[in-house]
Amino acid sequence: MNKKFSRTYLYMTIPALALFFIFHTYPAIKGVFYSFTNWRGYGSYDFVGLKNYFNLFKDGRALDAYLFTFKFAIVSTILTNIISLAFAIALNTKIVIRKTLRAIYFLPNVLSILIVAFIFNFIFTHLLTNFGTAANIEVLTRNILGQPDLAWVGVMVVAVWQKSAFTTLIYLSGLQTIPQNLYEASSIDGANSWQNFLHITFPLIAPFFTINIVLAMKDFLMVFDHIMGLTGGGPGRATESISLLIYRGGFQGGEFAYQSANAVLYFVVITIVSFIQIKYLQKREVEL
Amino acid sequence: MFRDRVNWFALFFLIIGSIVILFPLYLTISVALKTPQELGQSVLSLPTGFHFENFIKAAKMTNYWRSFKNSFIITFGAVSLTLLTNSMVAYAIARNLDKKFFKFLYYYFISAMFIPFPIIMLPIVKQTSKMGIDNQWGLIFLYVVYGLAFNIFLYVGYIKSIPRSLEEAAIIDGCGVWTLFWKIIFPLMAPINATVAILSTLWVWNDFMLPLVILSEREDMTLPLVQFVFQSQFSTDYNLAFASYLMVMLPLIFVYLVAQKWIISGVLRGSIKQ
Repeated sequence: MNKKFSRTYLYMTIPALALFFIFHTYPAIKGVFYSFTNWRGYGSYDFVGLKNYFNLFKDGRALDAYLFTFKFAIVSTILTNIISLAFAIALNTKIVIRKTLRAIYFLPNVLSILIVAFIFNFIFTHLLTNFGTAANIEVLTRNILGQPDLAWVGVMVVAVWQKSAFTTLIYLSGLQTIPQNLYEASSIDGANSWQNFLHITFPLIAPFFTINIVLAMKDFLMVFDHIMGLTGGGPGRATESISLLIYRGGFQGGEFAYQSANAVLYFVVITIVSFIQIKYLQKREVEL
Repeated sequence: MFRDRVNWFALFFLIIGSIVILFPLYLTISVALKTPQELGQSVLSLPTGFHFENFIKAAKMTNYWRSFKNSFIITFGAVSLTLLTNSMVAYAIARNLDKKFFKFLYYYFISAMFIPFPIIMLPIVKQTSKMGIDNQWGLIFLYVVYGLAFNIFLYVGYIKSIPRSLEEAAIIDGCGVWTLFWKIIFPLMAPINATVAILSTLWVWNDFMLPLVILSEREDMTLPLVQFVFQSQFSTDYNLAFASYLMVMLPLIFVYLVAQKWIISGVLRGSIKQ
């Protein structure tokens, strides 16, 4: 009886294990394998040891991609969280049409990032330049997506606009776990709103803060769709993210092995960043 | 006391925010309904008539119904298969976590969540084209397999909360594991199934990167991918482009309007678990 049971449990899982290995683990291992070769994606190849990795550290294009991705991800994560927390606090107060507002705030989360990026592309190219000309703001008279030092701001706006929907919802659910009598007690003690936020609200939503920071950062480090819809990595290579570089170099540039090495490095970097964040933020949760 | 009053400042702040959120959508609808002449006069004004011919033209140009069908088949196929298979795998794992093999399986699937797609991207494209599944069926299959990592995590957490006493009673009645799962456990998993269905639908319908790298034939393309391919052909014909974008977003916007409450609570249930 018992044996028959455990065999059925195996039948339930073995196919999934096999398929997951063939289509996820095996390609990942292959990626690592190719990173030690000089394969171009076709033809024959030789082993080159760690050469791809050494070259990565000397490659200006790769360095630029990492710098851009991190700059974009850090600034976007901070902005997304500040904006979302402010909206969530406002949504959590006593207001009319609260359900409708909540529905509006979550709407961007169901939209395709690529399409949103196309729409913002139009806004930046036409509306914003018209506005800049009319309002006589020098920077905005030219399309920001066409300016190497400003194009990343456009990518950031789209990323924050879209991601805030999800982040706001998580904060809102966190705020709803805080018992109201805490605020009543503190108002008897004469605390103002800012003190309430600093000493009650923020400490009590610490776990939600952790989720939001880690998820947003991870998503933004993988940025791809936003850029494909806005700049295609340009102008020049000003907004070429790491994902985009791996995609371009790997499929179109004949750098299959080299970009595999880049992907391995990227994986290590993302893992370290997530690990540090979780460790640091959870320690903070405990201390609070 | 402060909290008992309607907070007008918060409301004002939120309405400003809503305008920022709704503006791009308003713009999309209004441009999609205008003629190029109207657009030339003013971008922001309301359209004077309803130029549905933009939609008809855009649908014809991008072969909308074909890519709609592709997106629909892929989303529907991937989501239903995900629900049927992932829940079963998770059940077997959740009920055997005391055994070494199943514990290993659990951590094996979950740790895959930390592996970024680009590391798999280059080899999987070679692999799928070699196996001849660089098409819709291959995509459905990949979504179901890749979904395992996160879904097992969600399902196992949920199944743990279902008391075992139900199953024990059924076993005494002579019920096998298969019957037990499909007849008793699967129906009990409705709330978490809804969450998985919602998250998978949002992911698969809107996904751009996997179809971009996997699909090789034009007639297999999904809606977002087609917009990308046509981006240069739309060039300055913004009315057509925006009509086309709107048609890509409308199915999910419609579903969202109808099932907004469930979608929000479903997404919440999925993310708080993390």
